[in-house]
Amino acid sequence: MSDEALAERGAAGAAAPVARPVPFRGGGFAPRPMRLVGLVLFLVLLGLWELGSRTGWIGPLVLPAPTAVFEAFRQLVVSGQIWLHLGASLQRLLLGWFGGTLLGLLVGLAAGLFSMARAGVVPLVAALFPIPKIALLPLFIIWFGIGEESKVATILFGTFFPTVIAVYGGVDNVDRNLIRMGQSFGLSWLSIVRKIVLPGALPAILSGFRISAAIAIILLVAAEMIGAEYGIGAYILLAGNLMATDQLIAGVAILSMLGLAVSWLLGRAERYFLRWR
Amino acid sequence: MDLRLRGITHFYGDLEVLRDVDFGVEAGQIVCLIGPSGCGKSTLLRLLGGLERPAHGEILQLGAPPAGSLNPLTYVFQDFALLPWRTAAGNVSLVLEDHPLSRRERSEIVADVLARTKLSEFAQVLPRQLSGGMKQRVAIARALAVRPACLLMDEPLSALDSQTRELLLDDLVELWLRERFTACYVTHNLAEAVRLGHKVVVLSRRPGRIREIVEIDMPLEQRKHALAELQEQQSRLWELMREEAMAADRELADV
Repeated sequence: MSDEALAERGAAGAAAPVARPVPFRGGGFAPRPMRLVGLVLFLVLLGLWELGSRTGWIGPLVLPAPTAVFEAFRQLVVSGQIWLHLGASLQRLLLGWFGGTLLGLLVGLAAGLFSMARAGVVPLVAALFPIPKIALLPLFIIWFGIGEESKVATILFGTFFPTVIAVYGGVDNVDRNLIRMGQSFGLSWLSIVRKIVLPGALPAILSGFRISAAIAIILLVAAEMIGAEYGIGAYILLAGNLMATDQLIAGVAILSMLGLAVSWLLGRAERYFLRWR
Repeated sequence: MDLRLRGITHFYGDLEVLRDVDFGVEAGQIVCLIGPSGCGKSTLLRLLGGLERPAHGEILQLGAPPAGSLNPLTYVFQDFALLPWRTAAGNVSLVLEDHPLSRRERSEIVADVLARTKLSEFAQVLPRQLSGGMKQRVAIARALAVRPACLLMDEPLSALDSQTRELLLDDLVELWLRERFTACYVTHNLAEAVRLGHKVVVLSRRPGRIREIVEIDMPLEQRKHALAELQEQQSRLWELMREEAMAADRELADV
């Protein structure tokens, strides 16, 4: 650098330096909740769909208009048929899910607490969990008949394994220091399990419930498509056989609402049981 | 009740962590354990409270614990170990629930220890709402609730910022002056050791052996105003530890 340049810099430095705001580089990557957007998008899609059907751009047999679907749904409610289907489905769902969850809780807890149970259960679960349970439905029909039992058994079997995995994973993740604390204060084994291990595993158990509930709904519909008189799956299958796409879509919409209702209930349960978080 | 350690040697697998450790904790005394990191201080404390069994040697309780002591050897943990789903009062109550006490007795004890640790107004607060210092107070209240014969404190102030640490240190001194509890206090902070310890046990690096046992005669209540003299003690302890700490720091952590 020449002497002149240095002198110039010195002169510029002596004058007031140029003040510029520091450029902002943060922000973004933090999605905010915007409630209305989802609803608006949903309504816009429905509107486009209705428009497409009215103008004949979408054939009524391919996809009936939303109003036609709603009409089919209304018929279902007015005739009272919906309660027969929903009642049959909910009964299977609840029996299967409660049974599978209860057994899963017991087995998962045992695997989480006892080395012997873990050594036996974990490889077994690893081998059986990946089997799509629908593949076992024919076998269950041979074992339990075509009636309710085979359907409930399928759901029970399907929800059992994810629950086992969630529960023993949850027990594993309980802070060991809390358990040591319990032991150091002379708490009984049962107290430690009841007051430290179970509440500590509850977050994992509840998120396991979300998975098992989703699996239960899938298996419910699959089971109902094989030899059921009533049930949402049976209703959808029948509608398909009759090419009644309006009823078919109405049935699918009921499944969507069922799923939403289950996830809302579980959300409430999480809020209540995990309010300490 | 006194505690006596005789020839404690301990291994984790093939790794010797403690070698021939021998000292006593007398009733009404605070014994501080210091040493470079990884020297087995915390292991020693776990052995003292019966959470682990020593490979060799024995740990003896001399004399009976005072009548009414529900849990003679009681820990205060570095990470507080509070149940996040229970309130402050609930966390204290937890350790009483397995003892045959009526509901009224239990709530009296809870209220009493929370008052003694100045926590009465926080009884119904969940841990996540409390600062670190307050959490450790709850843990101390919980320890007092079972009327321990000896408190086993594992770096109780290490997870706190230095201001909170200073406040809680004063509280501990005050508490000791009132209750004359017995404690074995593990720390790596020499200032804490000279403020609280009647006796400071200096351990060497792994395998931990006793380097020296320093008695500090100055009464606890005077120490806050005699920082210059304490500084001298602290420097002496640091001289004892310095090389061990340096050597320990350079050791590879291939365990």
